[in-house]
Amino acid sequence: MPHDHPHHSHEGMSPSGHPYRADQDGPLTYWQVMEIAIRELMIAKGVVTEAEVARQIEAMDARSPAQGAAVVARAWVDPDFRDRLLTDASAAATEMGFDIGPLKLIAVENTDTVHNVVVCTLCSCYPRNLLGLPPDWYKSRAYRSRTVREPRRVLAEFGVTLSDDTTVRVHDSTADMRYVVIPARPAGTETMDEAALAALVTRDSMIGVGLARMPG
Amino acid sequence: MPVPDTFAPGTPVRVRTLMPPGHVRTPAYLRGKTGAVERVLGPFANPEQLAYGHPAQALPLYRVRFRLGEVWPDSQTPNDTIDAEIYAHWLEPL
Repeated sequence: MPHDHPHHSHEGMSPSGHPYRADQDGPLTYWQVMEIAIRELMIAKGVVTEAEVARQIEAMDARSPAQGAAVVARAWVDPDFRDRLLTDASAAATEMGFDIGPLKLIAVENTDTVHNVVVCTLCSCYPRNLLGLPPDWYKSRAYRSRTVREPRRVLAEFGVTLSDDTTVRVHDSTADMRYVVIPARPAGTETMDEAALAALVTRDSMIGVGLARMPG
Repeated sequence: MPVPDTFAPGTPVRVRTLMPPGHVRTPAYLRGKTGAVERVLGPFANPEQLAYGHPAQALPLYRVRFRLGEVWPDSQTPNDTIDAEIYAHWLEPL
């Protein structure tokens, strides 16, 4: 990345030329204290164990967009699976052996004429069990407010520029459903197998702010 | 508040312009806006009761599709859409 900002002073800059971020040495917030207090109480009262809490954190950290990518790749190669996915995405993901928990999932498909993008304006609802933890920007006020207001400008900032012939459909996860976008299958991938295709499916393409990678 | 009969997909509906206090899942930017039912999601526990630990009524939940031009009259791309999930008691038929 070029550094075209003024080079008048490098004091307080990292070796890569960026300012150091302040250490997070501030006091705990009210809700952080509440979380610790309730967790310790539940452990003290024997409701959960420390090991169970640690396992849950590890299980959530271990989730990644790989399961979502596998679902998309299956939909690309298997038209019957694609139909089942569009009808009932929770059942289709479970059919592949993925534990999506209590998640109610809807899959929306990008085509030549429709581009889908997912946002949660009220909070930060995200299909974590299928895509892992959301990126920080997904939870930002700017993404949440602008995606429903000027979706094409937001998409352009992510590098996705759409023609006027394409309809943009924004999905605001306001209540009980979570959403995954099935990106369009890239051209030139006709001979690729499911595992190789899954490697083309990025997290951003399943949120709708990106496209699937081109092969090669 | 009465819960309307099931709206079939395609039914035009308006989001009520209520401003109740407390936890609601109907975004303010859609209140008073008109859209069409995209699909019926079936009964879901009312989050406005669930959030406070009250016994929650099972309500039909709808995906409603709005044109950007309806939600934002100055939109440059009025035919793009926003789909949102809205509980039955927030919707009125036109």
